[in-house]
Amino acid sequence: MTHPLPRWTRAQMAARVAQDIADGSVVNLGIGLPTLIANHLPAGREVILQSENGIIGMGPAPAPGQEDYDLTNAGKQPVTLLPGGSFFHHADSFAMMRGGHLDICVLGAFQVSARGDLANWHTGAEGAIPAVGGAMDLAIGAKRTFVLMEHLTKSGESKLVETCTYPLTGLACVSRVYTDLAVIDVGPRGARVVDMAEGLAFDQLQAVTAIPLARA
Amino acid sequence: MIDKIVQSAAAALADVRDGATVMIGGFGTAGLPDELIAALLDQGARDLVVVNNNAGNGDTGLAALLGAGRVRKIICSFPRQVDSWHFDRLYHEGRIELELVPQGNLAERIRAAGAGIGAFFTPTGYGTILAQGKETREIDGRMQVLEYAIHADVALIKAERGDRWGNLTYRKTARNFGPIMAMAARCTVATVHEVVDLGALDPEAVVTPGVFVQRVVPIARTATRGAGFKASLA
Repeated sequence: MTHPLPRWTRAQMAARVAQDIADGSVVNLGIGLPTLIANHLPAGREVILQSENGIIGMGPAPAPGQEDYDLTNAGKQPVTLLPGGSFFHHADSFAMMRGGHLDICVLGAFQVSARGDLANWHTGAEGAIPAVGGAMDLAIGAKRTFVLMEHLTKSGESKLVETCTYPLTGLACVSRVYTDLAVIDVGPRGARVVDMAEGLAFDQLQAVTAIPLARA
Repeated sequence: MIDKIVQSAAAALADVRDGATVMIGGFGTAGLPDELIAALLDQGARDLVVVNNNAGNGDTGLAALLGAGRVRKIICSFPRQVDSWHFDRLYHEGRIELELVPQGNLAERIRAAGAGIGAFFTPTGYGTILAQGKETREIDGRMQVLEYAIHADVALIKAERGDRWGNLTYRKTARNFGPIMAMAARCTVATVHEVVDLGALDPEAVVTPGVFVQRVVPIARTATRGAGFKASLA
């Protein structure tokens, strides 16, 4: 590639996901990039955030000096509780997921396949300590699982793949992928482009994507 | 008269045996019963199997127990953190066994033990390396994995208020694994920051009924330290 592709910034990526979260939704935002989405929810939409360590109705980070480390998010960072929010134990928390009570879960990923298989917890590298946390429960639990990730790896390879080569988190669980280049639905019918970064041409997107894309 | 109040952590843990399976509450440092872990370290039991969501932060609490070489195996969902250097070293040296369990399966396997359920089918993990070798079955059109209950000899948990019957309330997200671990162990030891008279806890708001708790240890309140994340991200 001689010219960089037109792409969304991380804030724009987060805002693009936020645009698709309807008023009244109950949502779990995964650790990392997905947590940014909370800052971009459109005004006037009431969205309830769940955190798997035992909060529903999670609020933003506290003001400096107000941190309470008995009130943290899944990334163990201090947060706040909104009026109406509540605390519960881990079995109830994962019942909310597995039981299909969450509308949307947004996760980061290493790879997503055309049919929606997800790899986001382990590179399988020799000597790497595996750590899964709630990723496998989150991936298969919510009514819809979104992925928010860069379109390409640091070395320029497509993270949308025919078959995941990293260890799987879940099978056929992702319904939509948000990248810095495009919004792409995945599933049994393959990959379909829903939206693209301003100025990006479909052929440019296809050229850097390892799976065939359909125009929506 | 029933009186589960034990005045010291040392007395509450005197009978923990070598080889015991010990559930330890906490998600990172929230809900981690530091005083009980310190007492377990002093008590000397070895060859322990520990069940905790993580594998220690920094040099204190669970990390200190691991660092002292007292744990043979850990059952957890997320061992690798920015400050899990004691576990990392033991793991790379092949001196600790790791059973990695998806967090929701960990919680439900603990709950199942407490509820007298031997095993259950769950879709979590189906088709992944964490389900390899496990029995699977299609239920309601979805492939599911058989997961067995996790029982413990002892559970060490951190609560907020308690009474002499062992009724407990918790504080914020420090609740996490406490209520289910209390159910799953033969002997549950809970720390509380305040012991109250019977009837003082609102019966509509008791989180863990005393039947699940054997010993209650009053400890002074100290602020929970933050850990397990990069400070720059806070």
